[in-house]
Amino acid sequence: MIAGWFTGDGEGFRLLGTRCSACSTVFFPREDTHCRNPHCPGGRLMEAPLSRRGHVWSYTDSRYRPPSPYVTDRELPWVPYTLIAVELAAERLVVLGQAAPGVTVADLTVGTEVEVVPGVLHEDAETTWTTWQWRPTGAGV
Amino acid sequence: MTGDVAVLGAGMHPWGKWGRSFVEYGVTAARAALADAGLEWRDIGSVVGADTVRGGYPGYVAGATFAKALGWQGTRVTSVYAACASGAQAIATARAQILAGLADVVLVVGADAAPKGFFRPAGGDRPDDPDWLRFRVLGATNPTYFGLYARRRMAVHGDTLEDFAQVKVKNAALGARNAYARYRRAVTAEEVAASAVVADPLRLLDICATSDGGAALVLAGLDFARRHGAGDAVRIRAVSTVTPHFPNTVLDLPDIATDSAVAVSPAPETFRESIARAAYEEAGVGPEDLSLAEVYDLSTALELQWYEDLGLCGAGEAVKLLRDGSTAPGGRIPVNPSGGLASFGEAVPAQAIAQVCELTWQLRGAAGDRQIPGARVGMAVNQGLFGHGSAVVAVR
Repeated sequence: MIAGWFTGDGEGFRLLGTRCSACSTVFFPREDTHCRNPHCPGGRLMEAPLSRRGHVWSYTDSRYRPPSPYVTDRELPWVPYTLIAVELAAERLVVLGQAAPGVTVADLTVGTEVEVVPGVLHEDAETTWTTWQWRPTGAGV
Repeated sequence: MTGDVAVLGAGMHPWGKWGRSFVEYGVTAARAALADAGLEWRDIGSVVGADTVRGGYPGYVAGATFAKALGWQGTRVTSVYAACASGAQAIATARAQILAGLADVVLVVGADAAPKGFFRPAGGDRPDDPDWLRFRVLGATNPTYFGLYARRRMAVHGDTLEDFAQVKVKNAALGARNAYARYRRAVTAEEVAASAVVADPLRLLDICATSDGGAALVLAGLDFARRHGAGDAVRIRAVSTVTPHFPNTVLDLPDIATDSAVAVSPAPETFRESIARAAYEEAGVGPEDLSLAEVYDLSTALELQWYEDLGLCGAGEAVKLLRDGSTAPGGRIPVNPSGGLASFGEAVPAQAIAQVCELTWQLRGAAGDRQIPGARVGMAVNQGLFGHGSAVVAVR
């Protein structure tokens, strides 16, 4: 849905950030104008795929339907989804994302290893909005 | 101290869901603050409004709206938007004008009529706005962030749901004594546990509501205060409005990710800790000097986090402080004697101003049956969306 935030299919799926050529800082969501490190003289920002796997920093869920601009079908009963904040060791940052369908807070602990997978945020007759999701690596989902 | 300004007046409109205009709440609070100061609106040389959204271009208004409602009188006017820190920045602006000699006496007003349910970003497709993105891409409401922080504390420090509930029990008991609070009823731990989960692990009674409300202050230079016969007034000694330092490594509203620490090691202190430290340094006081603190308890778990961020205890020791009664009335450092957001709910531009109203009444010894005896130094802290710091130190 957001241009250039992720790419690829299946095992090749990756979140896309950018990396500063001068200081190596990684940005997600991607930063395409100026490096935001105040100590950096400023380099070129180059597209950089992020690590596929990380560890749970924390997690929660949304038991009530969020307001717009989140898109949901109000004709259907609300099904809570899980949110996971994931620490990526190589990039030294934390990325928030929805969990893959079926993953609940009961499946998670802080420190659990998860991997990024492609997912569907919402779809209607005309459009499918794709996104990234986190899934425990040992869950066999 | 040269940085001091006097608080001549404090006033509020009761908080709740009243269904009326923010203008009415703000003007009611302003008139109360003026009456408390013993001044007329015509005496005011500058009005600073903490902004809210009103339909119509440009939408974010406050200073001139209140000035018009009180009656145009040609005063200097300023409007300030900094999300939850709007009220603190309004106070900072008023103080700067006074210290710069631009105005002798300034009226600061914040008021809001909050929407029902979750806060949401302004309308339209705005993918360049992080606040819009987190809703559109993740459905990440404010309570989901509070849930993430609460789970993290449980995992790292061993806090429990019962500990979180005790924060609500403490604050509700205090809010029951505050005529301006929306919720004025004691709450039991059982009631917290029985309320619906909103964002795991937090329940409805762990999370602050959205509310209507208004708060106002009349601030003046010390010379004006003395001429006015208020030389012993409560004084504001510091206002911290600092930003975070890069890399900000704690996932924070409204961001989808943290900064990367690949190139620069994180500062030894977090953003919230730096907000408090800047205020302590400017005021020349430390946590050991505080008589009370008003903290932004968006959730019960977040109040505990603030204990550590304010330096009231070490990392992971907040629950110990809560359990031994240190942060309750009669304890070493009572926190949220007003009842906090747990009792007021959130009226964004008014809240930081309301916190300073409470500090003022406590430091005057005029807080009725929630008075902290002998209060001399108070601190109020919150944090505004998009990296706005907010802390105020007031002294008697």
